[in-house]
Amino acid sequence: MSRRARVPAAPPGVNGRIILSFLTSAAGAIGFAVSYGLGGQTQWEGGCLAVAFAGLATGLAIWGRRLVPTGGYVEEHEGFTPPPAEQALTAAVLTAPDSPIRRRGLLAALGLALTALGVAALFPLRSLLPGDRTSPVRARRDTPWGPGVRLLTAAGRPLRPADVPAGTVVGVFPEGGTGAGDAPAFAVRLRPERFTRPPSAGHLDGLVVYSLLCTHAGCPVRLYLKGAGRMLCPCHQSSFDLLADAAPVAGPAARPLPGLPIELGPDGYLRARGDFTAPPGAGFWSRR
Amino acid sequence: MILDRLARAVDDRLRLSPLTRKALAKVFPDHWSFMLGEIALYSFVALILTGVYLTLFFDASSADRVYHGAYAPLDGTTTSAAYASTVRLSWDVRAGLLIRQTHHWSALIFVAAILVHLVRIFFTGAFRKPRELNWLVGVTMLLLALANGFTGYSMPDDLLSGLGLRIIVSVVESVPLVGSWLVALGLGGEFPSDEMIPRLFVTHVLLVPAVLVALVSVHLAMVVRQKHSQFPGPGRTEHNVVGARFYPNYTLRSVALFLWVLAVLFALGGLVQINPVWLYGPFAPAQSTSPAQPDWYVAWGDGALRLFPPWEIHIAGHLVPAPFFPGVVLGGVTFLALYAWPFLERWCGGDRRAHQLLDRPRDHPVRMGVGVMALTFFAVLVVTAGDDILARLLRVPVYDLLNLLRVLVLVLPVLAGALAFLLARALRRGDAARLGELTRADLRAARQPADRGDAEAAADEPELPAPDRPGERVELWPDGDVWRWRYRDEPAGVAILSNRAVLTEQEAAESARLAYPGVDHVLVPGPPPPPLPGRVRTALRRWGNRALGVSLLVAALRQRRDRRRGGHGDGPDRR
Ligand code: HEM
Ligand code: FES
Repeated sequence: MSRRARVPAAPPGVNGRIILSFLTSAAGAIGFAVSYGLGGQTQWEGGCLAVAFAGLATGLAIWGRRLVPTGGYVEEHEGFTPPPAEQALTAAVLTAPDSPIRRRGLLAALGLALTALGVAALFPLRSLLPGDRTSPVRARRDTPWGPGVRLLTAAGRPLRPADVPAGTVVGVFPEGGTGAGDAPAFAVRLRPERFTRPPSAGHLDGLVVYSLLCTHAGCPVRLYLKGAGRMLCPCHQSSFDLLADAAPVAGPAARPLPGLPIELGPDGYLRARGDFTAPPGAGFWSRR
Repeated sequence: MILDRLARAVDDRLRLSPLTRKALAKVFPDHWSFMLGEIALYSFVALILTGVYLTLFFDASSADRVYHGAYAPLDGTTTSAAYASTVRLSWDVRAGLLIRQTHHWSALIFVAAILVHLVRIFFTGAFRKPRELNWLVGVTMLLLALANGFTGYSMPDDLLSGLGLRIIVSVVESVPLVGSWLVALGLGGEFPSDEMIPRLFVTHVLLVPAVLVALVSVHLAMVVRQKHSQFPGPGRTEHNVVGARFYPNYTLRSVALFLWVLAVLFALGGLVQINPVWLYGPFAPAQSTSPAQPDWYVAWGDGALRLFPPWEIHIAGHLVPAPFFPGVVLGGVTFLALYAWPFLERWCGGDRRAHQLLDRPRDHPVRMGVGVMALTFFAVLVVTAGDDILARLLRVPVYDLLNLLRVLVLVLPVLAGALAFLLARALRRGDAARLGELTRADLRAARQPADRGDAEAAADEPELPAPDRPGERVELWPDGDVWRWRYRDEPAGVAILSNRAVLTEQEAAESARLAYPGVDHVLVPGPPPPPLPGRVRTALRRWGNRALGVSLLVAALRQRRDRRRGGHGDGPDRR
């Protein structure tokens, strides 16, 4: 109807501002391409791209605000309470005498078949479980530690008692299982007379080994407060008193760090006498 | 010319022109708060665009790989392929860091926009009938957005992401009876399993985005079908929508908003460093860093984990560990409450009618109180997630601060909620237009129990058609061979034009009757002058400019701070 009508003149200055915005945008785009071509400098790339988008946005915003009619329109809203007659009509179509949903018996059989299919379709989900078919609870309780497993340092060397001087914490890993998530432990030498509670896993002249994993949610407790003999977890600030068998003393953790019983092997290196005194890391239902 | 022919050809086959005409004339209400959902939508588009680019370079595998590249400290080290490819993406792929950082920033802004959008929907009662379904869809999208943010954060296999993943695994493991099985099902082994990263990847780039795209479509389709709600105002009724038309005004405006969102995201992605995984180092089961803070949208969970006391329950020789309560129970209750709110409010408040007109927040003091209470609660949790940093800044012992926060998390929400409730009541009962105008008398009156004659009582009254006020009328006129109409309220100085031309007078009269039931119609000879630009538009523009200024300022400040911290603020240069 108004296809042939003339395009109305823009208010003074508006066209210019829009064109300027679009040109700025084009400059930004070129800047981006050039900066990419010259080797790609992240700040330049981001800045230029932002200018390219912002220029377009500004131009379109001015266009939308100044050159076309803005607000002040009304559209009717035809309500959503359907007339009862209309609803009844639809219902009648769906529930006509020969309608499938009227054959109850067949529907029940269909339902049965679909349920069976649905349940059967769930079975392949089991393949998501670990391939070796060990029970997750078992796996969670067992760690690579066990009688005779030697303690290795992070560098992979076996550990001698002399490698743990007083006042230092040394991360230790089980020989043959250094990558395991639940195995990391630490060795620390304390003065036995300062123990307020004897270590449940025993000690060798004050040398004790505990699991590194926080009993709250499993983060490695990496911060050693030497004076207080405490280990602090960086995740939620639980702290464990090493002088009291690594009991939790502050923060959200509720259980002590499990200890690792150790002994001196005939080769002069430290080795475990068994697994941790409790499953390491966060608690779980079957942990007890 | 060609376009014209093409359009005709399509219309001759599909007859789309009536639908198109209606769609182009769709009216969008003029209020800034309606942009929040759009910002979320556009950040999602940005996430998909940047994310697809990332998939072309990211290697979702925990197999060993030797990194060789421009980042010297890691050159020649063996890490997981996921980590090595992320470092390569950041240092050796041109524009890789820009896209990676923009992806991360988009995620932060995506979740933020969803959340603010949800808060707006909540306080204005936009979730009421007939829009409860869309509320459910929206809450589900929030849930999925959080999940996808977390899986994305966990994939690069750096130290921080590994710690976060370990904490989540521990939370899942805390579920009674099935916890260990759920973890085994999810990870295919003990943490850290080899299956972990590939599964996170499939979830992150396929499963969740696919569901999100479907839900976004449903969400928008429902908005179109049900039309927008709107704030009360002159000429606005339960039977119409007043605002700008989709084409041309709103199209231009909305595309401009999309481009603004992209501009801000790419500015952030280019200028403000985020998640520099090369500094954190690769994940190793025995390593951790301090301070360790997650992305902001999981901070509430982290704060809750810090705050909850070391209480564990033993049931018949079994253990329910402490993280179960702040992790699983709190999360579950939060989302259940969100899902249930529209129905709770309906059953408790007894308001079963459909609403197209929004509440102002003050109109519903109970909702106001509950909302402010919940927001305060979560705000305290978020603050708690930074308690170690806060303690260092304030030079107080972290455990004292923790104990204080344990009290505050219970007390503050109740106080804030009660205050919000009283203020809302005072505002609604008195004549104060805004908070600053409240008088003492208003506050005193707010403490009295509700009396009849209050708006609460008025809500029970049945809906009536608009009364035939003097001065209010609908004018119809022929315009060439089509008909148009407009609504006028002469004394109030209001004139609102119908959104589209129709072919007959009956059609025009019919739509006017639907939009303004009970208002008299008059025939007038000619088209009245075009409507003036609204006050709202001017306010909107001012608000937009201000927001832009503030965000640029914040970005500049952050950049400066990062640079002062020893040059980490500068992204890697390469040649
Ligand atoms: C709801 C939408 C999404 C959210 C909230 C989200 C969030 C995130 C986050 C926070 C990261 C970590 C980025 C970093 O390393 O700093 C990430 C990484 C990644 N995302 Fe997304 N994302 C979303 C959608 C997508 C989509 C649709 C794709 C692809 C089709 C994708 C592909 C990727 C890839 C490949 C990475 C790993 C890259 C890297 O390591 O940096 N994302 N995502
Ligand atoms: S994981 Fe150690 S305190 Fe939470």
